Amino acid sequence: MARSDVRAAGLPRFLRAFALVLVLIFFLFPIAWIFLMSFQSNEQILRIPPHLLFTPTLMNYRALISGKLITAAGSLDLPFMRNLGNSALLSAASVALSLLLGVPAAYAFARFRFRLGENIAFTLLSFRFAPPLLVLLPLSLYFQELGLANTYVGLIWVYQLICLPLILWIVRSYFEDLSPDVEYAYRVDGHSWWRAFTRIAIPLAGPGIAAAGLLAFIFAWNNFVFALILASADKQPVTVGALAFVTASGIQYGQIAAAIVLSILPTLALALYAQRWLVEGLSLGAVKG
Amino acid sequence: MSAREGLVVRRIAVSYGRNHLLRGIDFAIAPGETLVLFGPSGTGKTVLLRAIAGLEPAARGEVWIDGRDVSALGPEARATGMAFQNFALYPHMSARENIRSPLAARGVGKAETEQKIAKIAELLRIQHVLDHAPRELSNGQKQRTALARALVGEPRILLLDDPLRNVDAKLRYEMRLELPRLLRAAGAATIYVTQDYREAMALGDRVAILLDGVIRQIDTPEAIYDRPATIAIARLFGDPPINLFPLRPQVGAGGAGMEIGGLALPMAEDESGEGRVLGLRPETITLHREGLSGAVRATLIAITPLHERVVLLLRLASGEEMVASVTGAPPEPGSDVWITADGARALLFDAASGMRIAAGPVREMVA
Repeated sequence: MARSDVRAAGLPRFLRAFALVLVLIFFLFPIAWIFLMSFQSNEQILRIPPHLLFTPTLMNYRALISGKLITAAGSLDLPFMRNLGNSALLSAASVALSLLLGVPAAYAFARFRFRLGENIAFTLLSFRFAPPLLVLLPLSLYFQELGLANTYVGLIWVYQLICLPLILWIVRSYFEDLSPDVEYAYRVDGHSWWRAFTRIAIPLAGPGIAAAGLLAFIFAWNNFVFALILASADKQPVTVGALAFVTASGIQYGQIAAAIVLSILPTLALALYAQRWLVEGLSLGAVKG
Repeated sequence: MSAREGLVVRRIAVSYGRNHLLRGIDFAIAPGETLVLFGPSGTGKTVLLRAIAGLEPAARGEVWIDGRDVSALGPEARATGMAFQNFALYPHMSARENIRSPLAARGVGKAETEQKIAKIAELLRIQHVLDHAPRELSNGQKQRTALARALVGEPRILLLDDPLRNVDAKLRYEMRLELPRLLRAAGAATIYVTQDYREAMALGDRVAILLDGVIRQIDTPEAIYDRPATIAIARLFGDPPINLFPLRPQVGAGGAGMEIGGLALPMAEDESGEGRVLGLRPETITLHREGLSGAVRATLIAITPLHERVVLLLRLASGEEMVASVTGAPPEPGSDVWITADGARALLFDAASGMRIAAGPVREMVA
């Protein structure tokens, strides 16, 4: 009896571990392969069959950081570090602006019932599932007219389409989970509504705000098509800048791999740092809401 | 009216669209007086408290606090203290910071703040948990911290929304004994919301019965128990519940009495009993071991001990069942007993309107 109990409990655990390993290999293998590729030259990468053992080289990273791409056809300027800086600036500024606009808006949608409130909230959400190409052509025409094309301000503005709905909806469901009585108690104590908002509502929704901010940052960082159309070389983020690796003399796999490693590092670091909040934010907020 | 101290509310109404939560609420409470707001759930008790505190944006009517019309002011300007049913402590602050909040809002000096917190904490016996976060407190400690926060600013108006609802039975019993002393010490005009008739009896100087958004009766707890305005109030206010029997007209009874299952009751002279409902409080029924004149035979079905009294379920020969509450050792279940009822304390209601047929001096408010 006891033995069969042990087997009944042990078998699923073994199976679960096995399944987890399979899933991990499936998802991590491309990343590991890219990481290995980033330390190889183009010739080493293109060898058939591929070798697992090779002499690592830092030439890909050197080329990216110095901004000089050496190919068979000669040397090529590559503003990769600038692209990386653009990505960081655009994502951080967009998320900051979205938080500034989205958190008070989320609070209003959570706490007050007003005319067309649901419709406005849903319209904002619909920006997330409308295909970006639908708005890009008129947007680029408007931006040229307004002088916003190829400016950081213009890009940060457009990035609100990505960040604002995400932050609004996740933070809103967080605010809805908070009992309004806690804020009422603070008001009755003699504090203004603004203090109740900043001292009670925002700190209590803190994890949700952090998780939403992180998700928005990742989505903004990964955006490609807005920047492709609306920005030229000196304002481009890494996602667009990576196109430069497709050169006349072939595709620079080694540098692409190194560029990918460098460009996932900031979001990876952020995600690891905020992992606990992120999971909690997803399970409490977005999914439930 | 406006010069009066304490709390005065006039014509308070709260509606959302066609949904009228409260209508025409009027009452006044003197400083140091406790008004218990009593009614079943969903009847608008919390909405009324929120309207008085300034937390109900849809509230109409006037709220006067110490002779000042505060109807247009926000909750922060009304100088009320409020305890919430779910405690509503600030989870990211310690108990001490929770209690400090009303003092901080008013810019009370540091030394005075600490002194006041120490005093209220001692009164409520929570000194040892002041530096704990709310999640580390037991329900009883949470409830005391919430009370301390409501009391510490010495508010003129105290609004307590069923503060004993979420605490265990023992603590509820203790607090029921302790609260009158605390409320007297606070000296504020107090509204105490509850659904528990014992709490209403223990704490209320007066009780307001709120049913379907209207105050049906305001009086002392004893007066409401003895002379409820309607059948609904008689049913709500009292535990074990009142016995209610529909009466049929009696022929040839001389018009001077009525009976249920042979139990005769002397009642008003010109009362035929037609369309009437008779209410008998369980403790007005007396048990006898043998037949007396006027007593009627009943079978004892079940016994429930309740504190020093026992609650008995009886069945009359006619099939009517009634609940009696008596002191002393009851006979065995299944045995036959003889009962009489105190006709002077019986209540008579009109079956159609539910209103009590007035007999004797009754102060009752019917909106």
